[in-house]
Amino acid sequence: MLIPPAEGSPFGPATYLWLLAVPLLPLAAWMLQATIGRFLPRQGDWLPTGAMAVAAAIAIYWCVQVFRLHDPDFLLSTARDGYGWRFLYSGQAPGGALGGFSGGILYDNLAAILLAMVALVSFLVHLFSVGYMHGDSRYNVFFSNLPLFTFAMLALVLSDNLLFFFVFWEIMGLCSYLLIGHLALDKKEPRMSAAWASLKAFMTTRIGDVALFLGMCAVWAKFGTLSFHELYSRVAEVTDNGQSWPLWLTVAGLLMFGGSVGKSAQFPLHVWLPDAMEGPTPVSAMIHAATMVAAGVYLAGRVILLCSPDAQLVMACVGGFTALFAATIGMAAFDIKKVLAYSTISQLGYMICAIGVGGVAAGLFHVITHAFFKACLFLGSGSVIHGCHHEQDMRHMGGLRRRMKITYLTMLVSTLAIAGVPLFAGFYSKDAIIAATLEKKMTLGAGDAWLWALPFFFLILSAVLTAFYMFRLIHMTFHGQARSHHAEHAHESPASMTIPLIVLAALAIFGGRFWPADPAHALSGGREPWFLELVHDPKLENWNPQAIEAAGGWSQVGARGAVAHDAGHAEEHGAVAHAAHSQAMLFSILAAGLGILLSYVVYQWRLIDPARVARALGGFYTLVYNKYGFDELYHATVIRGTMLWSQFLSAFDARVIDGIANGIGRLMSRVAGFSAAYDRVVVDGAVNWLAESTSAAGQSLRRVQTGRIQQYAYFTFAGAVVLAVIVLLDLF
Amino acid sequence: MIPLGAYLAVAAALFLVGLVMVASRRNLVYVLMGLELILNAANLNLVAFDRFRPGAGVDGQITALFVIILAAAEAAIALAIVLNAFSLFETIRPDEMDTMKD
Repeated sequence: MLIPPAEGSPFGPATYLWLLAVPLLPLAAWMLQATIGRFLPRQGDWLPTGAMAVAAAIAIYWCVQVFRLHDPDFLLSTARDGYGWRFLYSGQAPGGALGGFSGGILYDNLAAILLAMVALVSFLVHLFSVGYMHGDSRYNVFFSNLPLFTFAMLALVLSDNLLFFFVFWEIMGLCSYLLIGHLALDKKEPRMSAAWASLKAFMTTRIGDVALFLGMCAVWAKFGTLSFHELYSRVAEVTDNGQSWPLWLTVAGLLMFGGSVGKSAQFPLHVWLPDAMEGPTPVSAMIHAATMVAAGVYLAGRVILLCSPDAQLVMACVGGFTALFAATIGMAAFDIKKVLAYSTISQLGYMICAIGVGGVAAGLFHVITHAFFKACLFLGSGSVIHGCHHEQDMRHMGGLRRRMKITYLTMLVSTLAIAGVPLFAGFYSKDAIIAATLEKKMTLGAGDAWLWALPFFFLILSAVLTAFYMFRLIHMTFHGQARSHHAEHAHESPASMTIPLIVLAALAIFGGRFWPADPAHALSGGREPWFLELVHDPKLENWNPQAIEAAGGWSQVGARGAVAHDAGHAEEHGAVAHAAHSQAMLFSILAAGLGILLSYVVYQWRLIDPARVARALGGFYTLVYNKYGFDELYHATVIRGTMLWSQFLSAFDARVIDGIANGIGRLMSRVAGFSAAYDRVVVDGAVNWLAESTSAAGQSLRRVQTGRIQQYAYFTFAGAVVLAVIVLLDLF
Repeated sequence: MIPLGAYLAVAAALFLVGLVMVASRRNLVYVLMGLELILNAANLNLVAFDRFRPGAGVDGQITALFVIILAAAEAAIALAIVLNAFSLFETIRPDEMDTMKD
């Protein structure tokens, strides 16, 4: 049923050890750095950075091996090969079927690519931090939290079950809390706002985590397993290959999606992400590109097969709405990092939406390309902030193009990528996502099809907005004249900061399709982008054990559609997909072009004054500028509500609970008082009376005791006489 | 021959004199002398009963000899006690040595 590794294949049992080393290296670095880091030369920054370099090299090496195999069904799983860890395992239950839980490593194409991406981007962020964090008062602490964060993400990518996944997910939550709040404990100027932001990020994502945990509980209760692959096959059985979904599974799917909503900052739990900008810029790059938010999308990609069509529709709509919603806020933001934060939320919306409409591969493709250009943008913004002496407001920048050439060029490349300009990485993934939404709309008939059309419109509109606000950022930051003292005296950043930028910018160009390698297929052509060749949209029927059995093994199923799709259906499907792709490409190029053109009109050629537009929009602009007032809304409802509820509980505690406790206390005090009185009067009285009467008897008798020896002799003699009289007279 | 009653009467008189001396003299040396009188009264009784006992023997006389030896030892110890008592209380009046009541 399962293919063993082919002869001469590089993959064997040793692969697991190599893969295990990838997360364990940063973990070891964290342990050393957290304990002895501050005693090391340079406060030990080379330790996690070096560990990450090795981990990235290993991850990339195995990723290349996977590429060379070029098999969409490639799967390396400890569960299949009989390795892994077992918990709660009872020897009496064969195979640990009863309550047994086993976990291990899952390494397929998706995990391989994601692992390499995370390791590489994290390494670059570590390298960048060496320059950026220079002089920070808690430099060594920063370099101990960063590898722990990376470890959690790398381990999460390799998890083959939801429980391991959840554990690393939570470690990441903790690390994001520590890193966002890094400046709150700064020795020179502690920032209170960073403390609040870290708290907000932690609490907001916690809501999603609870939902995810409940979803996990639900599937565990029903299926008795948390392994992804076992869950897929169990779901395929329960739902009759996706024909009939029980309500509880829909709810469980939505709950697990809730985890993604929290971690990937989807509406309505998006509020933490912009505030997370309080963290140092490398942390933002880490959270936004390689770790936190990617984990949420990865979760969605892994659990999508557990989600019913209704849950998928919710995902698609939430994702699409978030994409548009965040893009509008990004247009009105002036803080360079806030713009990037909202663009991240927007792009995450794309990914979630794509997964919701079934374009799982497209969504995860966007995770990869987005990681490259968003990491580049964040590190670039960090370089700008570094160069401008920690000025973050774009209104005080301008004209940096000449003074920060490398930063300008790398950020421009990444902006082109995120805007979806053809030939850049972002174009391919974004195009694939829009095609997926369009395809979904076209394959579904009438009825509720209009609902499925929503994601497409959301995404096209936000594609225009994305191109607009990203070029607005470029114009305001780099073009025109310097608008402040700091901007005039900006300087290029050191090499440890520019090298990561250059590497990431290169990936932002080539990451989508290595087009210099195949110029003939550069724009459209026959071949898919590399990611879509290697990772296919998972199909539920591929996991049904009976179907696999019928098809004769794993290698025969898979996305080639050998099981469920007859040839005609596949052809028809292919035609629709092709039509959707052509239209989607047209739409996305138009959208990107329109957005870029608009930004030139407004910010470069100044044909339209943005302030006038803002005035014309009036109240709406204010609303957008204030981020639709979600912070205030949550403050007024959730936070105030929680506070009121806790105040009520506090009052309840003070009045009722304490009242009862005090009442019982008083009652007990009374009883004790009575008991004490009884003790005092009766018990002590009896004892004292005995003692006093004994004492009185002693007092009266002591007079006999004169101490005079002669008197005693008298008494003795008197006694002898008495005895003699008694004996002589025979009295007794 | 002098009857037994006469011996016993003298012994009783001696005993009473000794007893009164022991009980009432204000000087410890006299008290000790009274004690000697009591012992000698007992000796007189022992010898007298031995003399008037049916059958021959000197058991009573030998016992009396033991008592005399005992009395000598007792006198030595008692005088030592009196000396110590004097050095402690700076008096040999027994009615002033009332620390036994404490």
